[in-house]
Amino acid sequence: MEPIETLVEVPQGPAQKNFFVRLGERLKNAVGTVVRGSLATKMSFCFMGLGQIMRKQFVKGILYALLEVLFILFMVFFGGGYLVKFLFSGHLGTVEETQQVWDEELGYFVSVPGENSMLILLYGVVSLVVLVLFIIVWAMNVKGSVNNDRLIAAGKPVNTFRQDCSLYINRKFYVTLLAIPLVMLTVFTVMPLLFMLLIAFTNYDYQHLPPSKLFDWVGFANFANLFSLADGTGFFKVFLLILAWTVIWAFVATFSNYFLGIILAKMINRKRTRLKKLWRTMFVIAIAIPQFITLLLMSKILDGDGILNKILGTTIYWLGDTKYWSLLPRLTIIFVNMWIGIPYTMLMTTGILMNIPQDMIEAAKLEGASAWQIFRKIEMPYIFHVTTPYLITQFVGNINNFNVIWLLTGGGPGDNLHYGVGNSQSTDLLVTWLYRLTTDTNVQYGMASVIGIAVFVICGLVSLITYNKSKAVKNEEDFQ
Amino acid sequence: MRDAVEKSNPGREKTDKTSSFGQKARNICADTVIHILLAVGGIVWLLPIFYLIYTAFRVTPSTGIINKLFPDNLELGFGNFTKLFTETDFGIWFWNTLKVATCSCVLTTLFTLATAYALSRMRFKMRKPLMNVMLVLGMFPGFMSMIAVYFILKAMGLTNSHLALILVYSGGAAMGYYISKGFFDTIPHSLEEAAVLDGASQWTIFWRIILPLSKPIVVYTILTSFIGPWGDFIFVNVIINNTTPEKFTLALGLYRLINSDNGAFNLHFTEFCAGASIVGLLIGSLFIFMQKYYVEGVTSGAVKD
Repeated sequence: MEPIETLVEVPQGPAQKNFFVRLGERLKNAVGTVVRGSLATKMSFCFMGLGQIMRKQFVKGILYALLEVLFILFMVFFGGGYLVKFLFSGHLGTVEETQQVWDEELGYFVSVPGENSMLILLYGVVSLVVLVLFIIVWAMNVKGSVNNDRLIAAGKPVNTFRQDCSLYINRKFYVTLLAIPLVMLTVFTVMPLLFMLLIAFTNYDYQHLPPSKLFDWVGFANFANLFSLADGTGFFKVFLLILAWTVIWAFVATFSNYFLGIILAKMINRKRTRLKKLWRTMFVIAIAIPQFITLLLMSKILDGDGILNKILGTTIYWLGDTKYWSLLPRLTIIFVNMWIGIPYTMLMTTGILMNIPQDMIEAAKLEGASAWQIFRKIEMPYIFHVTTPYLITQFVGNINNFNVIWLLTGGGPGDNLHYGVGNSQSTDLLVTWLYRLTTDTNVQYGMASVIGIAVFVICGLVSLITYNKSKAVKNEEDFQ
Repeated sequence: MRDAVEKSNPGREKTDKTSSFGQKARNICADTVIHILLAVGGIVWLLPIFYLIYTAFRVTPSTGIINKLFPDNLELGFGNFTKLFTETDFGIWFWNTLKVATCSCVLTTLFTLATAYALSRMRFKMRKPLMNVMLVLGMFPGFMSMIAVYFILKAMGLTNSHLALILVYSGGAAMGYYISKGFFDTIPHSLEEAAVLDGASQWTIFWRIILPLSKPIVVYTILTSFIGPWGDFIFVNVIINNTTPEKFTLALGLYRLINSDNGAFNLHFTEFCAGASIVGLLIGSLFIFMQKYYVEGVTSGAVKD
């Protein structure tokens, strides 16, 4: 028999309706259903799984009940306390250091361990996520019971456990597929990110390092500091400098690689070029080797005592010269990045070049168009059209290009413009600066988190704007 | 593919033959320039690699770095490799990396393909919101939350272990669904409709019908997720304790070999090159043999949407 599933789909009304209004309506409906519902539903409402057991869905019911027991144990013995402190106390701990407190009953001093703000925040976030997940499971449990009510009212039997299982490799197969990946995503991406986002609103830094010191909520002070021009501590000037370099770098790095890579691909794939495979392999070898190796190698080749200076007979600090706003290191980084990136674009665009509709090119040739005109007016727009998403990913990737900067210069050289604030240096990108702020001896987690949020805003804006633009382009010149 | 295009245009050759003498001379000129450019470019791109291999095989007198264009003695040998295997834990690092890379590759591939399949072929209420949430999550810089990941692992008692590395590498796999989804989207729905009529479950359709049809994207996912751990030193650096070199992966080991202190670079540069050559040869040849799949993967994701 086919498993029956009669979840009542809420009619997909106009999606523009306010989220909270919809939530309110659904809550009202849900409460109404439970109040009007059978005893089993009410039991499930009070304690997960009871209703299912009453309906003889023993395995399911016991699993639900077990989950609730586990949840209660977790909250009582571990999460609850942290959750209350985290959500309701307004502080992240109040007892700073281990203290000796006189105990009247025992008649001697007992040591009360100090609180750890970091753990309160971290476990608070974990408990909050657990709580949210529990509420979802609990809602599923009530919903299932309501469905059972409906089935019984319609004179049909409720699903057996076997039927429920078979549902999860059929109609609800997506639940099976997504369950583990999403749990992993929650644990290793969502929870850490929530934690880090909350850090942006605290004064977690080297002066407030747990376990010996507490840190506390400071509201938007870190954001204010990012836009502050105060001497020595205000981040704004340095932030602007690093932001400007990040954007310039991302722009130049992306487009230099893109256009030169396409030209290289054109050169190799021309009809009259011989030994195509040899040329291609020569360039591909450079990107086949893991990046950290080639970058470390490059940093040593370009070192003051490196082989390049020996060959040229010079002592130029390719990666360490601070003259003209560290122009030389910046240019060197861009050139090394071209060494890494051009073959990559070449590899990616080779296939696209071969797929250009030949009839258009033939037609243009008959009209007497030159090779350059064909490249500019037909091939380039086509490639551009096809690779817009690739360009956007590359641009965002370059804003976050930690490896190239970190392995080549480590963000250095240090100069007077950047000196002092967050230990920033002249070729730092926002991300390397962020990394520095979380790993240096003078850590400033709060500011690091604010900068992470800034990177998020920039990447989001770039993607949003370019995606909208590229859609317009797509409609104008449709190649399909 | 190129050949097919050329064959399909037999008319072109005639026009070439009938073109004037001046045209021919210009062609020869352009050909020479382009071939010379390619040759020069090829040399520029290969020189650093050559330098790497040469340094790896060089018999070192005292310091690791080559500081002359033509060194006094051009003696070559396997000394650096012997040193690498006897004086450092290179063999253990290699084994560690292989272990971590294999395990995280299996998990990442499963997670990525499962997520992509669910989001591409199935329709459910939370589909769009889920995709949007993952898009937003992906916009935050990856190691912004690195410290928090470390604390969570510590709370689980997992720091300084390879299991932690595997979990971290495969933890975000769901967010990498985008490219595979682009591929799954192109497989016609009529296939699974037929299978459903035959009474196949969704599981059977996924495992027996869609996956076998998606070989390029499966290979691409395996390839990228396997190569990842060989090049990462940021997360390893945070998770693995610096005092336990027997737990390092290759990337961290090689990185620390020349970055652990100020003098390390000059002392160990030749050994670094030896190790780097081995890794480069392995990963490099894997990449070169599989580049067809790699390109197909990246472009299949990029061309869609």
